[in-house]
Formats: sequence, structure tokens, C-alpha cells
Amino acid sequence: MTSINVDRKIQSRDTDNTQDVPGSRAPLVLNMDKFNQVTQQVCQIAEARRTPMAWYITFAIGLGLLSLLGFCIVYLIVTGVGVWGLNNPVMWAYDITNFVFWVGIGHAGTLISAILFLFRQKWRTGINRFAEAMTIFAVMCAGIFPGIHVGRVWVVYWLFPLPNQMEMWPQFRSPLLWDVFAVGTYFTVSLLFWFTGLVPDLATLRDRAKGKIQQIAYGAFSLGWRGSNRHWHRYERAYLLLAALSTPLVLSVHSVVSFDFATSQLPGWHTTIFPPYFVAGAIFSGFAMVVTLAIPAREMFGLKNLITLRHLDNMNKVILLTGCMVGYAYAMEFFIAWYSGAIYEKFAFINRAFGQYWWAYLLMVSCNVITPQLFWFKAIRTSIPIMFVLSLLVNVGMWFERFVIIVTSLANDFLPSSWDVFTPTWVDIGTFFGSFGLFLVMFMLFCRFLPMIAIAEVKAVMPEADPHFGDDHGHDDHDSEESKEVRA
Amino acid sequence: MSRFLFPKWSNALLPLVAVVGATMPIYVLYFVAFGFSPKTLEVGYQPVQPVPFSHALHAGELGMDCRYCHNTVERADHAAIPATQTCMNCHTMIKPESPKLEPVQASYQDGLPIEWTKVHHVADYAYFSHQAHVNRGVGCVSCHGRIDQMEVVYQAEPLSMGWCLDCHRNPQPNLRPVSEITNMSWGLALGLEGEDLIKAQALYADQRAEVENLYHINPSENCSTCHR
Repeated sequence: MTSINVDRKIQSRDTDNTQDVPGSRAPLVLNMDKFNQVTQQVCQIAEARRTPMAWYITFAIGLGLLSLLGFCIVYLIVTGVGVWGLNNPVMWAYDITNFVFWVGIGHAGTLISAILFLFRQKWRTGINRFAEAMTIFAVMCAGIFPGIHVGRVWVVYWLFPLPNQMEMWPQFRSPLLWDVFAVGTYFTVSLLFWFTGLVPDLATLRDRAKGKIQQIAYGAFSLGWRGSNRHWHRYERAYLLLAALSTPLVLSVHSVVSFDFATSQLPGWHTTIFPPYFVAGAIFSGFAMVVTLAIPAREMFGLKNLITLRHLDNMNKVILLTGCMVGYAYAMEFFIAWYSGAIYEKFAFINRAFGQYWWAYLLMVSCNVITPQLFWFKAIRTSIPIMFVLSLLVNVGMWFERFVIIVTSLANDFLPSSWDVFTPTWVDIGTFFGSFGLFLVMFMLFCRFLPMIAIAEVKAVMPEADPHFGDDHGHDDHDSEESKEVRA
Repeated sequence: MSRFLFPKWSNALLPLVAVVGATMPIYVLYFVAFGFSPKTLEVGYQPVQPVPFSHALHAGELGMDCRYCHNTVERADHAAIPATQTCMNCHTMIKPESPKLEPVQASYQDGLPIEWTKVHHVADYAYFSHQAHVNRGVGCVSCHGRIDQMEVVYQAEPLSMGWCLDCHRNPQPNLRPVSEITNMSWGLALGLEGEDLIKAQALYADQRAEVENLYHINPSENCSTCHR
């Protein structure tokens, strides 16, 4: 067993595997041949007696922000929505901006786990587990905002169509209700998908666990997995079915979120381009978030041979593609505003770029349109510090995109007499940053106690998964003496 | 290496888990919908009153009109609770020495009103007008039940929003000629059987329709009708 200890140097060094050599597949797992090496490396993180100092620091920051979130929410509930900076024309601002922002981030996880799976993109295996975890935590963060923005939080169950003594139902023709269904379905399916993928890896952790608590906890959640042929057969089936189920969700959820705006008549919202534009933006921001998380995670836990430069390079290419789509959508909105000849539409877009929120628009365009264009250069796509900064900028830009869409359209609508300016209060800002605390705390707990890399899946892209692995001396070698005797 | 696996007997629990998992959400939904409904929680509310006053005796046996005591019901949104003096109109003469009347006598002497406990309570944010209903043919019995048969008054109807809406959507079954507003047995056709009963019911139905036409009954279902 000692011979398969993984070289720590390889785990913490970047090796360039982004070259495509004709005739051979680029390796997705570096410097490891044996399955057991991966098991060892990933499980060590969850089994380690000592937690890295960096983990404690990040977790403490997360807890601090989480308590800020808790405080802001309690303060909001006991005082009322007046503690936010909302005013008469601007009745949605930070709350819905944050909701759309977090839901959007969630999209990369499903895209990686479902669509890339169906397209047999093997490089997904290194990043899918924590991207899916990111999705689930992001949707949780998103779910807070519609919940607390309703004003009377104690009747928040009115969001759901439940039979009640008032004989009142939500408006079934309203996209706000479709949103409840879309996000609810999305969360459920993502959670199931994530958990299904986790089962074999949890069983691995169970089998290796030393403590009683770990044995029982991992044992209960691995659902009695023993790795039999039949188990694997059913697992593969379930995984494929769930992938097919969640593929339409990648497109539908953010389309429905965009309906919240697109089905209204407000200039700046009332646009048919919204559904595809929102989906592209969601994947754009989601991949940026995966990069933002992957870089410190692979550093902190020494996973550079599993989340390689090639993975990051691929993700940066997705960011470049979706960034171009988002840029195209921005341009097309302006074109339509001019081409439609509708004066309110024209005004809404000129006002967006040159009105009172010009700075937000400028931030959005520079972060979302100009930033990803840098990824045309391979040197930038493979430079860790640069891509880290760029991925952060993309998410800043995407937050401002939602802010610009929501606030500028509401603040200056048809009647100049009802125009107003939205200024966030400290509660607005505290709730926004606090939601990162919830996300960080969940993500850090996940990193520490669950397998961050899909062990079973990564093995499939390793040299040992090749049926001819280590098989240089003809084909009869694996016939043992005993089986020959039986046959005779 | 002792790994945790589910013991063999736990396989027998699997169908149970599946059945409970599938039925639990439905059960919870129905439990909440019916268990927490005012039909369950509110109907039958019968607080103890400071005076053992019997509606069954006064309104039923003696046949007093509701409006003798609740005299503002046709003129105001609120149906008045009678003052002690109203009781004493009769009870200075009738059974003045009855021990049951002691609290009334005491109130009459020191001028402090009797503290009745409110039975029919509508939420503050729901606006309800007695005169609007009574003057358009909605009888007392529709909302308050057979008060003339209650020793101690209890809540007969849920008074929930859905219950209000049921009538606002289809008012006719609860309409009657305004002259019969306080008549608790109007429309029941008591003692009739067979064809007589059918005839009587048809007659009542005609009268209900007539009232609907007469007053142009078209109740609003707007939020702001009741939540002003």
C-alpha cells in the first residue's frame, strides 16, 4: 500500500496539459496511473485529522458574513421592508438582483453535470462534483431573496398553491408563480443528481472510515452500496436518466426567471430576447464562479493534478463563448430599441447607458463584454492569477447586469413625474454580502467532509480504465493457474 | 475494517418507507388544509357568558324578534349588543328576584355594562356591514345559525374568507324577503312531505330569485370590497 502514496509535489504544481497532440488523448489526470491513487488523494481531504489553516480562515469569514445575513434578515422581518432602499417606482432592487444573480450562478453546475455528460465531455469529471455542490448552495442563497422580499414573511407559503380557507390561489398566469415551480424543480433535480453521483464515493469513504460516527454517517448516506455489478448498472441508468431530465432545466429555469421581466410591459424588460440572453448570462456567470472556486480549492487541498490547467482552459473557453453571446445580446437590445421606433424603448436604452446609472452600465459592459475577450489569448486562459481576477470581474459584471436591467428600467419608466433614484441602505448591502457567507459556509463544509472530486468518475478517464492497461505480453496472461485447472 | 451496512432486517422496511414517503406529503397537505381550517378550529366556539341568558327561551320559545335587542342591525354596520336597560324593560316586572339575573341587577344598580364575551369574531382587516346584508335579504340565520335553538350561543359557521366568497359567488340560496330576515325557520318547509315539500321549495326558490332581481344583487369579489 505504501507504494501508491501520491507525490505531494505533483499535486501542488501546475503542469501544462493543454497541448493537443495528434493521435493521443491529452491526459486529464496527471502523473497517476492507478485507481487507488485517486481514491487515496481525494479521501485524504475528508479523512485528514488536521484541517488546513486556510480552511479555518475562510470558514470564519463565511460564518461572520452568515451572521451578518441572519442579523439583516431578522432586522428586516421585525422592522419591515422599509429598511431597504426601495421606493415607489423602484420596488425591486437588490432583492431580485441577488436572486437572479445566485440562480444564474447555479447554472454552470447543471450544465457541467448534465449537458457535458450527455455530450461525453470527459473533462467534466474533474470539476462536476463541486460545480454541482456550488449549484445547490447557490440556489439556496437565491431562494432566500424571494422569500424575504414579500414583506410579510410569515405568510410566505402563499407563494405555493396550497388549499386554504381563503379559497385564494396564486395567479397561475403570472411568471412569478412559474418561477416558484422552476426554481423548486431545479433545486430538487440538482440535489438528486448530486446525491446519486455521491453514493459510490460515500461508500468508498465509509469503507475507509476509522471512527464510528463516520462509519455510520457515510454508511447511512451511501444507501448500502457494495459496488456490485448490478449496483453499477442501476447507478449508470439512474445517472443517465437524471442527466436527461436536468438538461432541459438548464435552459428552462433561467428562461422562466427572465419571464418575470419579459412578460411585463415595462420598456427595458419587455423584450423577446430575454430568455436566451438570460440563459447565456447564467452559464457565463456560473462558469466564472466555478473558476473562482476551483482555483483556491485546488491550491488549498492540492488537487492540481485532478483539476488541471486543461480543465481551467476549457472553462475559460466556455466563458469566452457565453461572454460573446451576452455581448451580442447587449448590442441587439440597442439595435431593437432603435429599429422598433418605439420612443419609450429607445429612451429606456439611452437612459440605461447615459442616464443616472451610467456607471453601473459601464461596469457591466466592461466586465461582461471586454473582460472575456481577453480569453482569446491562450497565455491568459492558462494563467492562474489572470483568470482568477477575470472570473471575479465577470461575476461583478453579471451582478451589475441584473442591477442595471431591474433598477434602471423601474427608476425611469413612462411618466417622468414618477421617476426616482434607488439608493441602497446598509441592510441591502449587508444582506447581499451576507448571502456569500451562507454560500461560503456550506461550500467549506462540503469541501471538508465530502469527496470534492467524483472519485468513481475520474477513474474512468485514467490510463488504468483502458482495457489494455499494463497488458504488453499477449492476451492470455490473466488466465490464472486455477482457472486453467477448472477448465481442464 | 468494520464497515457499516444496513442490517438484513432493514430490507423489510423498504416498502414501508416507500409508502410513507409517498403518502406523507398528501397526508400533511390534507392535515393542514382541514385541521387548520376555520371549519375545524372556529365552528362550535361557545364561550361561557357572564349571564346565563338563553336565546332558545327568548328568541325561540317566547318568539322575540332579534331586533328587539340587537336594534341597530338594520341601520348600522355593527349589530348592537343590548344595554342592561334593555333587559330591564321586562325584568323589572318578570322574575326580578331570579338568581340568574343577579349580574344584570348588579349592572343596573352600579351602571357598569355586562362584559359579554364576543362569539362571532371577524378579523380587523375584514370590513363587514350588517345593514348592507340585512337590508338586501340575507337573513340572520345564514351566518349565525339557529340562534333560536341555542341555550348558549355558539359559532355555527366558519366565518372564513372562503365561506364569505361562497355566498358572494352564489348569493341566491341565502336570500329571502326582507320581511323574513329574522325568521329562523323561513324556507325550511317544516312538516311538509312529498309533493307538498317540492311545491313549497319551488315557491321559496321563486321568492329568492325575486329578491335577487328586486335588489339587483351582484356581490363584489374585489379584494377592496372587504379589505379596505
